[in-house]
Amino acid sequence: MSRIEVRKTYKLFIGGAFPRSESGRSYEVVDKEGNFIANPAMASRKDARDAVVAARSAYVGWSGATAYNRGQVLYRVAELMEARRDEFIDEVSLSEGIGKGKAGKIVDAAIDRWVWYAGWSDKLGSILGATNPVAGPYYNFSIPEPVGVVALIAPQDSSLLGLIDLLGAALTTGNTVVALASEASPLPAITLSEVLATSDVPGGVVNILTGRTKEVAPWLASHMDVDAINLAGVAAEDVRNLAGEATDNLKRVIAPKSRDWLKTPTLEAMTSLLEVKTVWHPVGI
Amino acid sequence: MSLFKYAAAPESRAIVNIASSYGLFIDGEFVDGTGTAFKTINPATEEVLSEIAEGSALDVDRAVKAARRAYSKVWSKMPAAERGKYLYRIARIMQERAREFAVLETLNNGKPIRESRDVDVPLAAAHFFYHAGWADKLEHAGVGSAPKPHGVVGQIIPWNFPLLMLSWKVAPALATGNTVVLKPAETTPLTALLFADVCRQAGLPAGVVNIVTGAGATGAALVSHPDVNKIAFTGSTKVGKAIAREIVGTEKSVTLELGGKGANIVFDDAPMDETIEGIVNGIFFNQGHVCCAGSRLLIQENVQDEVLDRLRKRMAQLRVGDPMDKNTDVGAINSAAQLGRITELSNTGDSEGAERWSAPCDLPAKGFWYAPTIFTGVTQAHRIAREEIFGPVLSVLTFRTPAEAIEKANNTPYGLSAGIWTDKGSRILWTAARLRAGVVWANTFNRFDPTSPFGGYKESGWGREGGRHGLAAYLKQGEQA
Repeated sequence: MSRIEVRKTYKLFIGGAFPRSESGRSYEVVDKEGNFIANPAMASRKDARDAVVAARSAYVGWSGATAYNRGQVLYRVAELMEARRDEFIDEVSLSEGIGKGKAGKIVDAAIDRWVWYAGWSDKLGSILGATNPVAGPYYNFSIPEPVGVVALIAPQDSSLLGLIDLLGAALTTGNTVVALASEASPLPAITLSEVLATSDVPGGVVNILTGRTKEVAPWLASHMDVDAINLAGVAAEDVRNLAGEATDNLKRVIAPKSRDWLKTPTLEAMTSLLEVKTVWHPVGI
Repeated sequence: MSLFKYAAAPESRAIVNIASSYGLFIDGEFVDGTGTAFKTINPATEEVLSEIAEGSALDVDRAVKAARRAYSKVWSKMPAAERGKYLYRIARIMQERAREFAVLETLNNGKPIRESRDVDVPLAAAHFFYHAGWADKLEHAGVGSAPKPHGVVGQIIPWNFPLLMLSWKVAPALATGNTVVLKPAETTPLTALLFADVCRQAGLPAGVVNIVTGAGATGAALVSHPDVNKIAFTGSTKVGKAIAREIVGTEKSVTLELGGKGANIVFDDAPMDETIEGIVNGIFFNQGHVCCAGSRLLIQENVQDEVLDRLRKRMAQLRVGDPMDKNTDVGAINSAAQLGRITELSNTGDSEGAERWSAPCDLPAKGFWYAPTIFTGVTQAHRIAREEIFGPVLSVLTFRTPAEAIEKANNTPYGLSAGIWTDKGSRILWTAARLRAGVVWANTFNRFDPTSPFGGYKESGWGREGGRHGLAAYLKQGEQA
């Protein structure tokens, strides 16, 4: 008799821990042929709110870390993913219903995307900052700063690379994140959270939810302690409504059109999650 | 009371020539509006200065069409360097007519002539001069190698710095190759209408700048017009949110410069003379009609008595009254409606248990006035600590540790400005890094410059104005390009 495999329980990732949904709900995820894969948690409004609290608590530490440190932490994620490369290829292949070859390319790009973003953390200040030659006896400088807590509605069509693309942009800029995984293919996101949990990313900096996009995304869009939201994974017909909800506290809203996730992101992926702060001081003796 | 008596030193108003009525400036000429004309007054005397046309939705449409024509036929085809030369011309003409602008601004706004003369008008000209130079250098602005303008920009500006806000809006829009439909504030249209004459003198092609006067309905028509590509708004957070919601789902870009409740933090080692001047400048400059005002004073508890004692003494010296008097420090409240809002919100300070102290001063019988006022014993829950008063009213809170100062300073949905007073350099940088605000003034307050980006975090707005960062607002970004 062949050995019965030990299956994994896929749970949420909030504040560095792996809780089930407080609602006690889960939903069935199947492969392309309709075969059962797993029952990940179906996050509720309360889970989303808990995740925002965790992200807010982690914000001061992460945004206050040195850029060099953040770069190393993100690079470390790439190192750990590399070690679990085969596992990710299997999971992406199964989740997205694509061949191992194509999944391999996606996983490699995902690992390399962490490396790319890791290198940005200590360049952004130079590229986007300025000393401003004001007409008076003042020293005046402008620096980019993270916008705060960012909600990412991860793309539906790219369960791992798309999510990492959004995560990298938010994290290298010093933001903390609540991400809602691809609804139909959430498993690679949860496996990624296992990587994050064992890497040097502090608990709460990244929180990952699985569940129904139509149910959870509106709570994040209207949450008054979320500073920005990326609507990549929101159905086209819902973007307008959620962007409207987001105006209640003037969230920065990113509503990207679908893109080829294998392509290198633009600088705007990061600038859209940054504020510019200008500081003045008199010059004198 | 004051040691010296001041003789009145009124500025002459002979330099301005106010017409009895004004139309809308569309396609290079003044035309009649189809709305209901309204009167504009001098808030210091309630004297009617002129009658102003109200732009209807029809008029807004005419203006947008003129701006579109000017964009496609003239402005977008003009070499960038030539475009820049028009802006240089405008800057020069504004400098040449500076006194005229200053007097007119003070008459229509109520701000002291000293401020319109020394701050508003020179800075407005500087904004045009600065942005003129950008026109043919935009590929170096950090927004791509061939940045493109949006097209027609709708701009809505407030009444607190009428000409200066016009320049913050119009100068970068034109430098980047956009054409403009501008709606000045209802209560302060006159310097914008004088600016139309500057456009004439500069030979600016017709339709590049259109000025449509009116109130909220005119602005709403501009925001919702389908052929406007970008909206730039400065005003209240409430209206800003409504605009943001209105344009959701459209292709319009938007920048918002909104309200604030700036924390001005005084540490116990602060240089006291400068600090007192900075507190006064932070809240009483422009009658406190300043979105980035330092309207919450956070004093370290052990120097509270000294700071407040000296602040009251200094406030007692403020000269409140005739804005045209060159000695005047604090002028008139801009409108009866604003005076009502200031009065209503300040009264909650009394009813919620804070302690009011107002500078002893004789307020003129006519016009709209509010004595410089501080509230002590304010808690974070008080409305006067949470809501923008937009008047000469300061809420005073205290703190013990730097961490507490940061927590209180950031305890607001706004994030526009903040101030830091301390002699310790490392503490300035530590504090500045933790304040969630777009502009931080350390050992100074309320400084502005065209090279310096200005704008808010959180509910204080979207985007920046000024500097290299401000240009991005008027150029297509990423997927738009």
